[in-house]
Amino acid sequence: MSVYQFVVAPFVDYGFLRRALVACFALGLGSGPIGVLLMLRRMSLMGDAMSHSVLPGAAIGFLVAGSLSLPAMGLGGLIAGLSVAVLSGFVSRSTPLREDASFASFYLASLALGVLIVSTRGSNIDLLHVLFGTILGIDATALYFIGGITSFTIAVLAVIYRPLVVECFDPGFLRAVAGRGSLYHFLFLFLVVLNLVAGFQALGTLMAVGLMMLPATVAQLWARTLPQMIAIATSTATASGFIGLIVSYHLGFASGPTIILMASLIYAASLLVGPSSAIRRALPRPRLAG
Amino acid sequence: MKQAMIRLWDVTIAYDRHPAVQHLSGVFAPSSMTAITGPNGAGKSTLLKALIGELAPSSGSIERQALAPVEIAYLPQAAEIDRHFPMTVGDTVLLGAWRQSGAFGSVSTASAMEAHRALAVVGLADFERRSIGSLSAGQFQRVLFARLLLQNAKIILLDEPFTAIDARTMRDLLGLVQCWHREGRTVIAVLHDLDQVRAHFPETLLLAREMIAWGPTATTLVPPNLRRAQLMAEQWNEDTDLCGTRDRNAA
Repeated sequence: MSVYQFVVAPFVDYGFLRRALVACFALGLGSGPIGVLLMLRRMSLMGDAMSHSVLPGAAIGFLVAGSLSLPAMGLGGLIAGLSVAVLSGFVSRSTPLREDASFASFYLASLALGVLIVSTRGSNIDLLHVLFGTILGIDATALYFIGGITSFTIAVLAVIYRPLVVECFDPGFLRAVAGRGSLYHFLFLFLVVLNLVAGFQALGTLMAVGLMMLPATVAQLWARTLPQMIAIATSTATASGFIGLIVSYHLGFASGPTIILMASLIYAASLLVGPSSAIRRALPRPRLAG
Repeated sequence: MKQAMIRLWDVTIAYDRHPAVQHLSGVFAPSSMTAITGPNGAGKSTLLKALIGELAPSSGSIERQALAPVEIAYLPQAAEIDRHFPMTVGDTVLLGAWRQSGAFGSVSTASAMEAHRALAVVGLADFERRSIGSLSAGQFQRVLFARLLLQNAKIILLDEPFTAIDARTMRDLLGLVQCWHREGRTVIAVLHDLDQVRAHFPETLLLAREMIAWGPTATTLVPPNLRRAQLMAEQWNEDTDLCGTRDRNAA
């Protein structure tokens, strides 16, 4: 089998694979920077919690639309995700619970609620689709939806990049010079939820956060500056999508999990050979020699 | 710089209805150089946060004489800054050009030159491309002072600027602070080292949730006032201070 047959032919032959590939690229472009910023804000687990909290909204959208319609489920998911973000922020400010604890309680509740709603009306297949996504079932409408969210994300990030970075690095400074740190924090949470909703049909609620956090951790292992990190995270996410689709096509694996596993493999490889890797730390350091 | 003055009218600042600073009135005069000192938990940092407008007083008022936020430069405690954030030294200093660049505008070449000069002033010439994670605590504090230089503010608030840095860095940075004082800027610094306050700060506010004394350092930092501050600290530390009284001077 030639390289062409192995790498290019599947995408030439099948429209659904092409659409899946474009969706992966779009998701990677949006999720890469968002994931890096989430990680730097020490909100890695928060991203996970938010992705689960999207579920009940998506489930209600599924009930109303009566099918796996991405716009309906996306809108529902967006509302649910934002409500959980706002509510848990409110709870952590007005009670002794820390924000991660309140996030955990909210997302467990919404995960249970979401699964309950889907399973009362839909079939087990629907439930599987909602939880794990159907990246091969992405149609043109869904593609526009994902592409729109990615474009919006990149545009907003470009505009609020400086205050967002400062809010994370030195919040006191931002409040002193601009006074509106929480505005940028909320805008950022909005982008996180939007990107989770975009990743939702492709990878499902359980794994949508995978294309955000795994590339971000890979980036942290290789890069020292924020622009480098974002570039590495974005290329890791898109590369995992590309390789994952090819592998899943040839081996007949489910596409979503294969894509996430590809990202995990890149992560594992970076752990082993990256500049700040475990192995290099175990080796004697050259600058200490002599 | 006549208007670079902050006036407090019976200010009370509270967290969850527990007052951290009570009934504080007074003036940080233009071009004055004031140390805020007092026991741990006396509300010193809280007061600074209220001065920059981050915390609103629960009663009383703080009059900033129409000073825009960018006219007030604020150096937070070292612990509030993420020193492992992937930023370069140059970018960190350039944040000081916020007045000119704003949140969204571009950074001019003039600002970049200015940042370069500021780094040279604090003794870190050509450190621009280093990442802040690779700096020592003292070097990082120098970077933050370079940022303050760029901010060129009328009022400069420093929260424990000399904690956990070596003697030489402390001497250099203290020199900068005195330079700001000579230029007529208003300097307000939270400090723990009373000898340092006596040596370099003309004015002192001794705070223990309420004002113990505020005025010339020589009349403020006298034994009766210090004892009173200590007593008040012991009162509010009764439940928590199991190891006996702590030495406040050992900061």
